[in-house]
Amino acid sequence: MIFLQFFPNNDGYLQNNSKPFTMSNKPDTLFDKVWDAHVVRKIEDGPDVFFIDRHFIHEVTSPVAFLGLQTRGVQVMFPDQTFATADHNTPTINQHLPVQDPLSANQLKALEENSHKYGISHWGLGNPKNGIVHVVGPENGITQPGMTIVCGDSHTSTHGAFGAIAFGIGTSEVEMVLASQCIMQPKPLKMRINVNGPLGKAVTPKDVTLYIISKLTTAGATGYFVEYAGDVFEKMSMEGRMTVCNMSIEMGARGGMIAPDETTYNYINGRLFAPKGEAWAKALAYWKTLKTDDGATFDKEYTFDAADIEPMITYGTNPGMGMGISRSIPMAEDLKGGAATYDKSLKYMDFHEKDQMIGKKVDFVFIGSCTNGRIEDFRAFASIIKGRQKAEHVTAWVVPGSHIVEQQIKDEGILDILTNAGFLLRQPGCSACLAMNDDKVPAGKYAVSTSNRNFEGRQGPGSRTLLASPLVAAAAAVTGFVTDPRDLM
Amino acid sequence: MAYDKFTVLKSTAVPLPIENVDTDQIIPARFLKATTRNGFGDNLFRDWRYNGDDTPKQDFILNNPIYSGKILVGGTNFGSGSSREHAAWAIYDYGFRCVVSSFFADIFRGNCINVGILPVQVSAAFLEKMFTSIEANPNAEFTVGLQAQTITNTTTGEAEPFDINGYKKNNLLNGFDDIDYLQAMDTEIKAFASARPI
Repeated sequence: MIFLQFFPNNDGYLQNNSKPFTMSNKPDTLFDKVWDAHVVRKIEDGPDVFFIDRHFIHEVTSPVAFLGLQTRGVQVMFPDQTFATADHNTPTINQHLPVQDPLSANQLKALEENSHKYGISHWGLGNPKNGIVHVVGPENGITQPGMTIVCGDSHTSTHGAFGAIAFGIGTSEVEMVLASQCIMQPKPLKMRINVNGPLGKAVTPKDVTLYIISKLTTAGATGYFVEYAGDVFEKMSMEGRMTVCNMSIEMGARGGMIAPDETTYNYINGRLFAPKGEAWAKALAYWKTLKTDDGATFDKEYTFDAADIEPMITYGTNPGMGMGISRSIPMAEDLKGGAATYDKSLKYMDFHEKDQMIGKKVDFVFIGSCTNGRIEDFRAFASIIKGRQKAEHVTAWVVPGSHIVEQQIKDEGILDILTNAGFLLRQPGCSACLAMNDDKVPAGKYAVSTSNRNFEGRQGPGSRTLLASPLVAAAAAVTGFVTDPRDLM
Repeated sequence: MAYDKFTVLKSTAVPLPIENVDTDQIIPARFLKATTRNGFGDNLFRDWRYNGDDTPKQDFILNNPIYSGKILVGGTNFGSGSSREHAAWAIYDYGFRCVVSSFFADIFRGNCINVGILPVQVSAAFLEKMFTSIEANPNAEFTVGLQAQTITNTTTGEAEPFDINGYKKNNLLNGFDDIDYLQAMDTEIKAFASARPI
């Protein structure tokens, strides 16, 4: 804990560390600093007992955890540190009406009742703060640097954009956090991914992450926690950083994080749950220590050149199967992995090796999700559709990540652009990203989607997903075909 | 949660030689609407197992009566994607107690152990031999010994050790879960928490 020497008055954050304080000059990574400050106990030949600062819950992965508490007769240890929002299984139209699907309605009711029973903040349907968990956490200032954040959702990695250690957990672990504010977690290995240089035209944070995943493969970072570094991320907005960290899980990493800086502090300052006054000054002093020291080492390190990245699109059934939009589908023999699995994937998509992606017909377009459902994503989307019309054969779902984003869309005039171009703005939720609600892509149809997974059937049984940025999604929405957005800019 | 203790499992195995089997395949999102953890086995591998009209797909392994057992053998990077514990519940509910692969996704592996399924990571070569062995003889039997941390092809005698940390091993052997442990740490956790500016 080298920074204690320099910030001796910064109590609380560090003195709780159960390990004896040592005046070590060993350079530490950002990840080590945050992790080590949260270890309550190290179990020999076992996981760390890991303290959790913020816990988000939603309707799908929490009911069984509450059932477990009830069976054991255990209370929630710190209800103020858990926040509930309904998002996964909610309709994106007519949210003021009763939810039609009785199973979905039952889950929403369970979330509300459990939250009420245990004294947890609940932002259900219709609440102005409602939205996708990984959108509402940051926009309300709940997510802060140096924190540990978990949720029963793998895209919890999103919150790492703030220099937090954030990752998805299973329902058994949700129960652990409710009961004890801790989980049992072995410390992952460390990886750093550097991307430097200017980004090309129409290359967005989504393209950066799809590019990295295409290089590392869908399992390339399994067992690791990633730090993203380099000027590409330093120059990126908080929303862009959230998109990148969000997708960390798609290369197998438990999470990804970016050192907090002025961009981070400016984003948090003034938000609902942000520290105020003296607490702000104190927090800021701590946050400024949260960076990887020179000379700190990683178990694995990759460096990429931003100039090599073009607008990306996926062609297969995992997020690692992505490529520059102007390229053609690779040959199995040029890739790592089994040819049989590759063949199965292309067969599912009804694509072939060497196919060009540009010009392929698109039936659905989805903009939204915890990956690309924030205001900057809708600004990018609107920049292309402005003055154009939605292609007639395309069904488009335009789904804001939260009510706050929905309001921004209205306030900034983006709603008018959408309406004039023939798009309908829906209400917040996870929607077609995982298609638990009615927003399903039919079997055999192609969807260009700004979400995070192109697994078989992810957007509905038999659906075929092409993951891309909001710009690529917009270009597909107005032309009806996979189109290079640079041609429309 | 309560689950059966895991000591030694002797069983035939069901082969699924596909890579990157994600949790959306293990249990599609539309079946995650329950508020209890029972019955997910019916929808295990739903879209690979059934046609749109709910008739079984004859070529899928779970619909082939020749293959059965409590061990599921999958291709590399098994369980990637969503953190849904429902995937592990579905595998357990269907009757599997052990999943073997040459590589597991992190969250899925943890979820398995937490619900009483033993994930056994073997070398790519051993996995390949398992597939070959089951293909040649669907009644090929395997012994998974947790205490010894060894998986053995009972027919050929070939064996390989596997890793698991001592804490989790003890949990599985005795049917303990993490909350038992954490509850015993109540005072220590509260002291830790009170020192944090939360």
